[in-house]
Amino acid sequence: MNDVISTDVAIVGAGPVGLFSVFELGLLDMKCHLIDILSKPGGQCAELYPEKPIYDIPGYPIISGQDLVDNLMKQIHPFGPTFHLGEMVEQVESLGTADRPLFRVGTDAGTTVESKVLIVAAGGGSFQPKKPPIPGLEAYENASVFYSVRKMEHFRGRRVVIVGGGDSALDWALNLHPIASRITLIHRRDAFRAAPHSVNAMRALVADGQMDFVLGQVTAVKGEARQLTALVLRKESGETIDLPCDDMLPFFGLTMKLGPIADWGLNLHENLIPTDTEKFETSTPGIFAVGDINTYPGKLKLILCGFHEAALAAQRAHHYVFPDKKLVFQYTTSSTNLQRKLGVS
Amino acid sequence: MSGPRRTALFRPPGACFKKAPLGSEAGGFPGAIGRSGDALGAMTKVTFMDAKGEARTVDAQVGSTVMETALRNSIPGIEAECGGACACATCHVYVAEDWTEKVGKPSQMEEDMLDFAFEVRPNSRLSCQIKVSEELDGLVVTTPARQG
Repeated sequence: MNDVISTDVAIVGAGPVGLFSVFELGLLDMKCHLIDILSKPGGQCAELYPEKPIYDIPGYPIISGQDLVDNLMKQIHPFGPTFHLGEMVEQVESLGTADRPLFRVGTDAGTTVESKVLIVAAGGGSFQPKKPPIPGLEAYENASVFYSVRKMEHFRGRRVVIVGGGDSALDWALNLHPIASRITLIHRRDAFRAAPHSVNAMRALVADGQMDFVLGQVTAVKGEARQLTALVLRKESGETIDLPCDDMLPFFGLTMKLGPIADWGLNLHENLIPTDTEKFETSTPGIFAVGDINTYPGKLKLILCGFHEAALAAQRAHHYVFPDKKLVFQYTTSSTNLQRKLGVS
Repeated sequence: MSGPRRTALFRPPGACFKKAPLGSEAGGFPGAIGRSGDALGAMTKVTFMDAKGEARTVDAQVGSTVMETALRNSIPGIEAECGGACACATCHVYVAEDWTEKVGKPSQMEEDMLDFAFEVRPNSRLSCQIKVSEELDGLVVTTPARQG
């Protein structure tokens, strides 16, 4: 059992709006812990379109998703937020009262954070692996079919089929090669998105007879008692073959699912969290929802709207974190107090 | 994760047709989802067949994309999770045989993104990358059983 981390605000989601929340909360002296299922901050900006230009961030005629994230990271640096990356919040427990809220947030990695305020900035939900629409595949999941590698030892001496053409597929084909008895890589075409050096390394192993590469798509699986025995493969020629194997690792990228948020006792409307429009608070006092995950009359899923929501939520959060302190509104341009917090005065 | 409200997700409008040389004047605002320039207002027809064979024919604005057309008309089977950024492969369609030549082949980036789709066939395209035009009036596409 890990120790409980105590903080002012826990933020679920480290996308642009979660990151900017740290800034607005930080100006008001609140400390934050952020939790995100991805292994890096930035949410959709970093995962879905890091290189693609965004045209509607105020003050930036054009900025790439990754540059926006990098700038936000720089902007919140003075406030020293703590990141818990690669973790998904599973449970949220309410321990306090409506006047003095207190939440206990538990992740799938065993981290427990207790905070006075919870901000849900979860965007479209959590990124989870895409599952191939192969009938009956679920029955084999986590026994013989895996969407990520947690224990490499599991694959020792086994015939492993890896499906996909990106970095995950190629990296695991190469990393598991010394461990598995045989690696077969299946991809729909003879071109790869993965880093060229990984592709070259894979091709060298295939040329040397140490690894198999098959052009085709998996259409069905065979096995019993959660254990695969073979995959049915449609080759490029249209011919269908059985490929004997023990494990399959499909790598088809990520998709967004609402995930455990549905179980946190919040009111939901079409997988979104309704909030008010003065403070973006949810049906539970002390829990706020900002960015793409919330809904209210006139809501637009724009990053800039999320920034606005974060600023207003922070004002109300201050009331819960410092119930006895009066909040005086200040500008960063003129307040030496704020400038000291930002490390610029 | 579908429904008419998804239109609100058009975040980086048209941010995807070509990789823009960031910050370069010449790169400017590449291939935006045709809100300007094209004959605005001109309408054509697009037919979406679902995996069960049911057809829905809808009006499509010249210059918009087939994906946008699907969302505006609440066509089931098009999720468009990324909002048209060519970044998710959840707007995968099969172009009807007699239209494949006119619609053309996917770009390199779209080909890469199709790796994230399932049951990819030679006539697979991402509908966010097909621009509605007068030449494509009457276009027929089929949505897959699942976007993944």
